[in-house]
Amino acid sequence: MKILVCISHVPDTTSKINFTENDTQFDKNGVQYVINPMDEYCLTRAMWFKEKQGASVTVVNVGTQETEATLRKALAIGADDAIRVDASATDSFFVAKQLAEVVKNGNYDLVLAGKESIDYNGAMVPGFMAGLLDYSFINACVGLEIAENTATAIREIDGGSETLETNLPLIIGGQKGIVQEADLRIPNMRGIMMARKKPLQVVPAVAAASEVETVKFEKPATKGAVKLVDADNLDELISLLHNEAKVI
Amino acid sequence: MSVLVFAESSGGKFNKTAFEATSFGRTVANALETDLTVLSVYMDDVSPLYTYGADKVLRVNNEALNTSDANVYANIIKQAAEQEGADTVIISLNANGYYLAPLVAVSLDAAYASNAVSLESTSPFVIKRKVFSNKAFANVALNTTNKVIGLAKNAFGVHENPVAGTAVDFEPTFIASKIKRTAVDKTTGKVTIADADIVVSGGRGLKSGENWGMLEELAEILGAATACSKPVADLGWRPHAEHVGQTGKQVASNLYIAIGISGAIQHLAGVNSSKVKVVINTDPEAPFFKAADYGVVGDAFEVVPALVEKLKAFKAQNG
Repeated sequence: MKILVCISHVPDTTSKINFTENDTQFDKNGVQYVINPMDEYCLTRAMWFKEKQGASVTVVNVGTQETEATLRKALAIGADDAIRVDASATDSFFVAKQLAEVVKNGNYDLVLAGKESIDYNGAMVPGFMAGLLDYSFINACVGLEIAENTATAIREIDGGSETLETNLPLIIGGQKGIVQEADLRIPNMRGIMMARKKPLQVVPAVAAASEVETVKFEKPATKGAVKLVDADNLDELISLLHNEAKVI
Repeated sequence: MSVLVFAESSGGKFNKTAFEATSFGRTVANALETDLTVLSVYMDDVSPLYTYGADKVLRVNNEALNTSDANVYANIIKQAAEQEGADTVIISLNANGYYLAPLVAVSLDAAYASNAVSLESTSPFVIKRKVFSNKAFANVALNTTNKVIGLAKNAFGVHENPVAGTAVDFEPTFIASKIKRTAVDKTTGKVTIADADIVVSGGRGLKSGENWGMLEELAEILGAATACSKPVADLGWRPHAEHVGQTGKQVASNLYIAIGISGAIQHLAGVNSSKVKVVINTDPEAPFFKAADYGVVGDAFEVVPALVEKLKAFKAQNG
């Protein structure tokens, strides 16, 4: 089984979010980058398929050279090889077009991608890929088993989950639950050393139009100070929620 | 050109998100000076949609709809858009909406803006959407003829705008489902985080999963869903489906009550979209107080039972 895991290079979850150039660009100053957490859950599941079922695992990113450190981290976690599509990722459709091309050329059986990235929160790329490739697609996946050509996946739905069966090739929009938090791996020294020697192929981007253009970023209005209510005076809290906030 | 909204129903009733998407659709249609059509599945009586501004409702009811393959839905939405000459399609982003909206966008060669909160302008067509895990907004221009808008839940709200609507039966062709559903595990009779107007959430301050009884009691009085912080789910005190935060569920409720949750930045990312936040915590320095509207500094084991009693009395008086 050939698995492709799509890796988004995103600001660490604790990053301060600021903008520059008249609020048109994200301010990268002082920001640490990591593997998008939902992609990391997917990568970890892919490693399970590699170890238990002999799958090969390729990781891919669409980005400029600065994203290679993130791909190397994925290699250190255990992926076999990496592909970087050399382009500045402009919008999700552009990224999905590039990834779909990689999927087609590499003949992957299973494509895993986080259901969304924690920076632009598009929640688009897995679905776009599925649409472009006409592959089976399961989103919000919280459990995945593969036997021969058949995948059994658990999809989170509002208020529960459902178990689904489909055939490969398959695109998965994964999230926490596809593996547990405790299963995540911190690369060890050996993994990091080996990652340096693993192949990282840089491929040119295919032509694709950007459909969505960010005009301006803005931050939410700053919040007023919290109104503290004494623990012995909860009637006041109820009154505030009823009369002022009007939420109960 | 016109605007098309996809309206979901469950158990013979429209979801609240169907009314919210229709309300938003009315606003977009007005801005574009065009008509609003709503595609409704499974429902016979579609008149509630007229209240929110649906000029025309396409009704479809077919066994083929009983599938989890979003491609089947994406395909009928495409057919509806083509039949109606709709160039703007609006889908509310519940679990199904997130699944099918990108497929609709590809099939219509449409630009797609997800997590939308408002329409900023029609020429250029600019949507304001949530980015960076609710820590910022981006105004994005959609530069294509066809457009798909994924509406963030509880961002626009439900607004009445009654029109004299008409309903017609819609008979699309159905593509084969590639996905087979073998089991469904759905909690019944309990308010889910996805639908809840109020969410009651607990953190490590509650010390053990066995202490959740008082939270559940509080939730029951308020008609609320229960939720938890990431450590609580990771410790196995509560199911993962209740984990709220950057890598868990996003909550956009009217009221979020956080009990014994310190308010790590990753947790706040999951609750920033809630309108009113109440924090109950022993530690007055807990960062969550900075993000809260109302706060109580106190021991959850005293405050929550007391609050339950007070709310019982309040509910008895106010219905």
